[in-house]
Amino acid sequence: MKNDQMIDARPMPGRRTGAVAWVRANLLGSPLHVLLTLLVGGSLAWALYGAFDWAVLYAVAGADLQACNDARGAGACWGVVAEKGRFIVMGRYPEAEHWRPVIATALMLGVVLMSCMPRFWNKALPLIWAAMLVLYFTLMRGGVLGLTPVDTDQWGGFPLTVMLTVISMTLAFPLAVLVALGRRSHMPAIRSLCTTYVELIRGVPLITLLFMASFMLPLFMPEGVKIDVMVRVVVGITLFSGAYMAEVIRGGLQALPKGQLEAADSLGLSYWQTQRLIVLPQALATVVPSIMNTFIGLFKDTSLVTIVSLYELTGALGLALNSDADWRPFKLEAYLFITLIYFVCCLAMSRYSLWIEQRTAVSKVR
Amino acid sequence: MNQDPIIRFEGVNKWYASNGYHVLRDIQLDFKRGEKVVICGPSGSGKSTLIRCINALEEYQEGRLTVDGTVLGDDVKGIEKVRREVGMVFQQFNLFPHLTVLDNLILSPTWVARMPRKEAVERAMQQLERVRIAEHANKYPLQLSGGQQQRVAIARALCLTPKIMLFDEPTSALDPEMIKEVLDVMIELTGQGMTMLCVTHEMGFAKAVADRVIFMDQGQVIEQAPPEQFFEHPQTDRAQDFLSKILGH
Repeated sequence: MKNDQMIDARPMPGRRTGAVAWVRANLLGSPLHVLLTLLVGGSLAWALYGAFDWAVLYAVAGADLQACNDARGAGACWGVVAEKGRFIVMGRYPEAEHWRPVIATALMLGVVLMSCMPRFWNKALPLIWAAMLVLYFTLMRGGVLGLTPVDTDQWGGFPLTVMLTVISMTLAFPLAVLVALGRRSHMPAIRSLCTTYVELIRGVPLITLLFMASFMLPLFMPEGVKIDVMVRVVVGITLFSGAYMAEVIRGGLQALPKGQLEAADSLGLSYWQTQRLIVLPQALATVVPSIMNTFIGLFKDTSLVTIVSLYELTGALGLALNSDADWRPFKLEAYLFITLIYFVCCLAMSRYSLWIEQRTAVSKVR
Repeated sequence: MNQDPIIRFEGVNKWYASNGYHVLRDIQLDFKRGEKVVICGPSGSGKSTLIRCINALEEYQEGRLTVDGTVLGDDVKGIEKVRREVGMVFQQFNLFPHLTVLDNLILSPTWVARMPRKEAVERAMQQLERVRIAEHANKYPLQLSGGQQQRVAIARALCLTPKIMLFDEPTSALDPEMIKEVLDVMIELTGQGMTMLCVTHEMGFAKAVADRVIFMDQGQVIEQAPPEQFFEHPQTDRAQDFLSKILGH
């Protein structure tokens, strides 16, 4: 038998695209699908209708306590945000100086945003970070250039949340990389040191760690040596998320085929060259989603610093409303407000991680 | 020309640390400069382990292994020196998937030999042309076929102009239609005066280029002879048995 006639590719029969085809295929595929679609669609509409009534139709927008009390039960009182929003966002930082945290935080977020873009990954970036940090702490602390000094325990609100997250992340990440490498070291002392660190920290809740860093650490310090509460808290959070992230990165290291290390050895690369050029780029690329998971966790865990009387976003909210009997009933609305702030930040982080993931996937086309 | 053997195994013994298996037993071998040697034997006979000792990917416990005047042992400097002189090609290619073909090639010249990037790129392109793959220099390894990847791996190993080339079953992971393109490149290399050691079951390749065939079984060198003699008149039962299995169909 012989057949050297080429057969051209034909489109798949019955394959339709477009909105109508999608609805038909996914929502109305069978009687059961139709029923489920109606059920889910109906309850969704009902819930949205109720939410709309509460959040928009019967809601009070202005900081009018009387109107808010009248609308109680029927509509939301967004007035609480208008009234307390500034304190919730800025915390206990002196009101006349609010421009300082605003500028400092914008600066910090700007540099973070810049660092997210690969085109800025060059030798100047560490210098930009150093400059940003110097500026940030000068602005926030004051005491020079005619700026009123503001103690660190006065810092609060969203700027504090951002600062704790950013600083702890930038410290925890390299720590985690070193610990992850250390746990795979050939030197038993280093290996057990790293393992002990991870197991010790993971066995303790963050809140305990913060408590210890804040109240117990000073007891062990020699007379006269005082470490700022902010430093202690940052160290606590860093150590905590560093341990979790180290385990995530270790997972990535283990996923790397042994042949990669052998190839690096056979080419004469040293241990650190191998880690930097071969191992980490591949290992970290595979664990981007989990690293971002830890980062997002860290961002929200900063709310625990309230335990040592630092009032970041969540803490400032409590501080603003617990002391004010008039507005306290509208805590829910205030919480929704900071929920939105947290959500936007977390969404941005997870979208960025998705983008990085797709970008690194380019080298992995199979 | 230096007449000393470039590689000398003197009573080398190796055990696997994990299970205590005695994988190399009293290995006594000399390799002359420029010699082309094919090593064969049933799987688990220690042939890969033998050549992996030469660039210190494996350690040995007893005896002495000298590579180009350097005794391989605990001395890290010695290992570094030997690795610069020995290129290795693996069964699974082991290219770095996150780097382009070109970056795979210039990695060792720029980081280990501290060569200026421009010079490294020039030399890398020469090697890529030699293995007929220059047009793919900017692709990533996993975008290439198996045969192309293995040729890139050969080019990468050549970038440090090694005195010794080790091939660890270079065609075993390839689809049949790609074996020839890799073997052709390897045959071309034999004209360069490098010492080449190749673990392979490609008997055609052995007949064409090898000065000597070494047959191993259960961690021992059983037989060594020029290829025509080994294939026509194997001296031992084990070699006869092995040859009848791989040539029997």
